[in-house]
Amino acid sequence: MSSEIATKTYSLSWLGHFFSSSVGRKLIMSLTGLFLCLFLAVHMSGNLQLLKSDGGRAFNEYAYFMTHFAPIKVVSYITYFLILLHAFDGVALALKNRQARPVKYAATPAGSTWASRNMALLGIIIFFFLVVHLKSFWFEYKFGAMPSVTYDGKEFKDLYSIVKEAFSQWWYVLLYLVSLVALAYHLIHGFQSAFQTLGLSHKKYTPIIQAFGWIFSIGVNLGFAIQPLYLFFIQQS
Amino acid sequence: MKITLKVWRQKNAQDNGRFETYNVADIESDMSFLEMMDVLNQQLIKDKKDPVAFDHDCREGICGMCSMVINGHPHGHVKATTTCQLHMRSFKDGDTIVVEPWRAKAFPVIKDLAVDRSAFDKVIQAGGYISVNTGSAPEANSVPVPQDMAEKAMDAAECIGCGACVAACKNSSAMLFLSAKVSHMALLPQGQPERKKRVISMMKAHDEAGFGSCTNTGACEAYCPKGISITNIARLNREFLSAALSSEQPV
Ligand code: HEM
Repeated sequence: MSSEIATKTYSLSWLGHFFSSSVGRKLIMSLTGLFLCLFLAVHMSGNLQLLKSDGGRAFNEYAYFMTHFAPIKVVSYITYFLILLHAFDGVALALKNRQARPVKYAATPAGSTWASRNMALLGIIIFFFLVVHLKSFWFEYKFGAMPSVTYDGKEFKDLYSIVKEAFSQWWYVLLYLVSLVALAYHLIHGFQSAFQTLGLSHKKYTPIIQAFGWIFSIGVNLGFAIQPLYLFFIQQS
Repeated sequence: MKITLKVWRQKNAQDNGRFETYNVADIESDMSFLEMMDVLNQQLIKDKKDPVAFDHDCREGICGMCSMVINGHPHGHVKATTTCQLHMRSFKDGDTIVVEPWRAKAFPVIKDLAVDRSAFDKVIQAGGYISVNTGSAPEANSVPVPQDMAEKAMDAAECIGCGACVAACKNSSAMLFLSAKVSHMALLPQGQPERKKRVISMMKAHDEAGFGSCTNTGACEAYCPKGISITNIARLNREFLSAALSSEQPV
């Protein structure tokens, strides 16, 4: 007769225990965070088409492709979901972690970078930026009354003119730059932290991951920052 | 030397607690921080006041009993030192020093600067051991251990369980402690039979004790008196994820 240990199976509740453990919750943060890094890289490089001097044609065709090609549409819904998951789990974790120290210090220990101690604050800044950003462009593109342009007899929504208009306002450009600084700090700690969470710490690879994380965080954010600055200074003149 | 101390005074776990200011004179620069506290207590006893309660035992930096946050630094600002090995020559004459207990929900204050660290015992009881009957020492060459593994295991086993990692962490997480205990056994042959069960049970005990999770800030490593590295936390994550997901151990 086989023993109970050999034959017993578990109900799904073990998954709940796993994902509510402190490392299980960080696994969610790390995997969603890394996915969002990939998303940022794609989003930033695609938008570099704003820099072309073609009156916005390449950008408008790209926007059409991104909103009409089925696999991309699926990926974008996954992205919305994962941003929300990352943001809510991140804020919930930060609140739970605060409760682990009910009485605060008079003199608080440091021994760590400012960014690493303020991931939730940085995240909340990013989240508010996302709300404004999606309202200005995503919502308008989907549901707003958009101007249109015709290329080779085919009609396209003219997202380019909306973007150009938005970035002609100095405060809007400033909002972008401040948010990008927050995002850069979030990633400078977050990128390498995600690998540590996954247990990927290695004498040979960790220095590469850390260096790449720096270059990635600065590079992606510079790439994003160029776009409003270019439209504000070059196009307006 | 003359020092002004702002010391956390708290009658018991229920009391709200507050800082009291004391002036201590006649301090020698070669006194340890604890000896300076002894001078303060002598002064308080002479004045018929209640001396400050604080934990201490070996005063040689190996037992893990001393525990004070000094000017916001667990065990003081000198790297890789316990409070008992911190000397007054690291301070200047006339300094004002703020002294607080470890602060964490899982480490309630017993009195003044002494906190209850039995949450660590619970984590150890959950799996920080190997189930063998100890007899006489085994023949040294019967269980081969490669040198680099032995070094890593010994580095992790240096943890004295003082709790400075919890005190330093913004989340009051005990991951550095837990990772040291899990690592030193996961790296050695004797730890293998219970390796998966151990990490799952100890993680559960850690979370249940009310410690927070890890944000990888590295503050624990910066303040650890034994210099335990956060690469142990990466190993802990690896051990836990693989035990929980790929083994048939219950989570
Ligand atoms: C596209 C935007 C974002 C990217 C690429 C990103 C990326 C990351 C990465 C890679 C990590 C490290 C995960 C780890 O330590 O294992 C992280 C952590 C974190 N993120 Fe984000 N994030 C983004 C947006 C947000 C938002 C909107 C919020 C909250 C409103 C947020 C809150 C947090 C918090 C609180 C942590 C730290 C969790 C912890 O270690 O305790 N993030 N993020």
